[in-house]
Amino acid sequence: MSLLSSPAIMDQLQEVEIPFAPGVIESLRAGDLISLTGTLFTGRDQTHRRMMALLDEGADLPVKLAGQLLYYVGPSPARPGQVIGAAGPTTSYRMDVYTPRLFELGLKATMGKGSRSLPVREAMVRHQAVYLAAFGGAGALLSKCIVAAEVVAFADAGPEALYRFVVLRFPAVVINDVHGRDYYEMVKAGSGASR
Amino acid sequence: MREIAAALVTEAVKKMTMEAGVRLEPDILAGLAQARDRETSSLAKNILDLLLVNADIAGREKIPVCQDTGVAVVFIELGQEVRIRGELGEAVQQGVQAGYQDGYLRKSVCDPITRVNTGTNTPAVLHVELVPGDKLKISVLPKGCGSENMSGLTMLPPSAGIGGMQDFVVRQAVNAGPNPCPPLLIGVGMGGTFEKAALLAKKALIRPLGQPHPRADVAALEAEILTRINEQGQGVQGLGGNNTALAVHIDLFPSHIASLPVAVNIQCHAHRHKEIVL
Repeated sequence: MSLLSSPAIMDQLQEVEIPFAPGVIESLRAGDLISLTGTLFTGRDQTHRRMMALLDEGADLPVKLAGQLLYYVGPSPARPGQVIGAAGPTTSYRMDVYTPRLFELGLKATMGKGSRSLPVREAMVRHQAVYLAAFGGAGALLSKCIVAAEVVAFADAGPEALYRFVVLRFPAVVINDVHGRDYYEMVKAGSGASR
Repeated sequence: MREIAAALVTEAVKKMTMEAGVRLEPDILAGLAQARDRETSSLAKNILDLLLVNADIAGREKIPVCQDTGVAVVFIELGQEVRIRGELGEAVQQGVQAGYQDGYLRKSVCDPITRVNTGTNTPAVLHVELVPGDKLKISVLPKGCGSENMSGLTMLPPSAGIGGMQDFVVRQAVNAGPNPCPPLLIGVGMGGTFEKAALLAKKALIRPLGQPHPRADVAALEAEILTRINEQGQGVQGLGGNNTALAVHIDLFPSHIASLPVAVNIQCHAHRHKEIVL
């Protein structure tokens, strides 16, 4: 982990374990810099389409999303000896149409990059869920924070498969908290850039 | 006639594709370092540092700079005195396929209707232009689509003028917000026709970062638009600061007297490009 100690930002992060312990989600505030340690699931466009198709058929999802964090990422292939290739966030708005339905199943957090739609933001308040931004375009560095990766479903979708990642001090910014605040909006309004 | 074997083109494209995926060019590294030095937000400064560390890890360990290793856009300037022994288009596609496979780059190309991945990252988008001379110039631009999706084109009436053009470019960059991974490179195509403007905007991206347009009035426009975008304060990753964009590159082509096409092609900070002259 010595590589990661070099950017100063890595020393300013509030440690958070995932899945979240009771009370932790509620304590997060828009603009908090955090580092995640624990397990999460991944999914992007096709992963979501397939999950929706399963739900439409009345079938169970291949994993239980209740209490979990879903990371929007399509990793590049691992070289021999690597856990995973580059694994930074993809743009989140493409998942907006699917996200409220996953909150209904108990999903507690999503992570990607970029703004969420108003319906997703409202659903987050309703379901007491949060949205995190990972650092876009830092896929090589972020791959170093992933200590284990396995495909758990949709293997034929390649980079759009559903993975389980074990992460260690994976950096992120809280964008939407359970109180309805949106850090991107705060920045636009001039109240976010005080760091 | 000078003869070039198609196999040579395949080899060059493969090598450039593999290299571009994991190594940022000196111009973009310098651009990121300069942005860090003039950055006013300490959070953004820290993130710019992190992006430079990311580039360093990528280059040393051959891990892609970004997992979105893009759709391969290939520009070829083919000298009219060059004869390709073999099939040029096929040679390029084979080079892209081999580069993505052997370079452990992500295959991100799919059928637009079924969304089934082609599994090879081909077809690449290939633009061939005939030019005088006996050289073959190949530029490879692996284009990530988080930024590509934020691009846009408008057919302005000539009465909208330079002001209308500027407003459109600024709006396009600012409305994209954090989605395309700022700090951005903004390619602008002005004039021509519908498709010409889009192509100019894309090709403007492969100019060395921050190198002003040779025409003084165009260079002044580039600087003015860059200032306007950065004054909006969205900053690196949309988290605030004065570096929403690193540069604005404008390319021009004469247009119809009734028309002022303006295309904006947005590029992320993980701007990867390579070129070679054979």
